[in-house]
This record gives sequence, C-alpha cells and structure tokens, in this order.
Amino acid sequence: MENFTPISGLIGGLLIGLAAALLLLLNGGISGISGIVGGLLAPRSQDVSWRVVFVAGLVLGALAYVLATGGAIPLSMQASLPVLVVAGLLVGFGTRLGSGCTSGHGLCGIARLSKRSIVATSVFFGVAILTVFLTHHIL
Amino acid sequence: MPRILVALFAGTLFGVGLAVSGMMNPQKVIGFLDFAGEWDPTLIFVMGGALLVTLPAFRLILKRPRPIFADGFALPTKSALDTRLLGGATLFGVGWGLSGFCPGPAVAALATGLTPVFAFVAAMVGGMALYG
Repeated sequence: MENFTPISGLIGGLLIGLAAALLLLLNGGISGISGIVGGLLAPRSQDVSWRVVFVAGLVLGALAYVLATGGAIPLSMQASLPVLVVAGLLVGFGTRLGSGCTSGHGLCGIARLSKRSIVATSVFFGVAILTVFLTHHIL
Repeated sequence: MPRILVALFAGTLFGVGLAVSGMMNPQKVIGFLDFAGEWDPTLIFVMGGALLVTLPAFRLILKRPRPIFADGFALPTKSALDTRLLGGATLFGVGWGLSGFCPGPAVAALATGLTPVFAFVAAMVGGMALYG
C-alpha cells in the first residue's frame, strides 16, 4: 500500500463534493460528467454554453494543478492504445445507456439516495473490480 | 450570465479536486479496483470526502423551492431499475476496469496533453454518439 494517499484523496473528494453542491444550489444542475458531455451531442440542446464552460473548467482546473505542482504529469497508463479505444467506446456508450457514471450516479445520485444510482454504482464498481481481476490475474 | 460563471467555477473546482485526489491517474483507480494486487484504498477517501459534502448539502439544497439562478432543479426523473440501467452500468464497468478512466478524470486528464488520453476521450465521445 505504498501508493496509498488518504489525505490528498480526502481533500480532493471534499473539493469535488463542494463543486457538485454549488452547481446544484446556484444553477439547479447535477454534476454528472457523462451527462454534461453527452448533452453536447444532442443537436436540440438549448443549454450548450454552460456545458461547454463546465467541461473547459474541468480541464483548466486540472491544468492549474499540474502547473502549480511543477508541471509533472500526474498519470501513468498500462493499457495499450487499442484497449484504451475499446474502453473509451464502452465507457461512452455504457454511461449514456445507463444514464450516468461515477459522478452522476456515484456522487450526486447516492447523495439523493436514488435507488437507481445506488444499484448502478454497485454494478459498475462490481463489474470493474471483476474486469481488473480477470485482466490482471487470470488472462 | 451568472449561470455561466457558476458552471465555469464549479467545473474548475471539480477539475482541481480530481487532480488533487489523484484519481486523474488511471493507475491509482486500477490500484483501488485490484483487490487481488497491491490494493490502494485511496478512492474510498475521495468518494467519502465528496459524499461527506453532498449527502448533507443536497438534502438541505433540495428543500429550497428553487435554485438561486434558475427556475427549477434539473433532476433525473426515472425510477425503474430496468435493463438499460443495468446493461449500461455493466458496459461502463468493463470499460472502466480495462482503462482505469471514467468520464470526469478522463476529461480533466486532457490537461496533460498526452495522446492516449485524447484517444480515450475521442473514443468515449464516439461511444456516446453511437448511443445517439
């Protein structure tokens, strides 16, 4: 468990929660990233501008952190490019079909005690754990 | 105008939070999902920290008749546990386990400028477009 970083994890989590609470209190919106991005693909969507600036903010916030911490790239990936593309297709299609992802269901839905979100979160965590077990320890 | 500024601020705060939490790094997420490997419980602290705010805050906020800058709350209305919900969550779980990326951290990680991140996000948007 040498990579275990509970303090920065907790602080990051509190900031994410605060962002979701502000969007709900001020704009009445749910911070579901797959829903916000997916809504940009609907041609009749009337609320394109707030979605665009929210997504831009996500990137800007992460960029500010990268620059503030000296420009070190804070990530590493094991998956090959073809696997990443297949995974991306599954994540995109699956989150739209299932109406949400880790933020929409896992964060906002559970905070509303939504039965659908609690079930969806249990399913995607369970399936992801099983997928990692199969790909890292069996195949 | 205030709604746009709020969205920009909330998005930025969300992005900073994701970066600080370490969840932008797919290896950290895989480290959590890999119970049979060197398990890294950090993700629990991220979800826990976020829910520590959203559980009480959403409860209080949703008692208001309306949000501050909009006419009403835009909340999901579906309540059925149908095959679309379960099938979608299953497909998402497979993709998440394969890559260690879910939508928020993947979009935030575009800030690194790394080609594989752009490939993942492009495929993700393609998957969303396939759904229609």
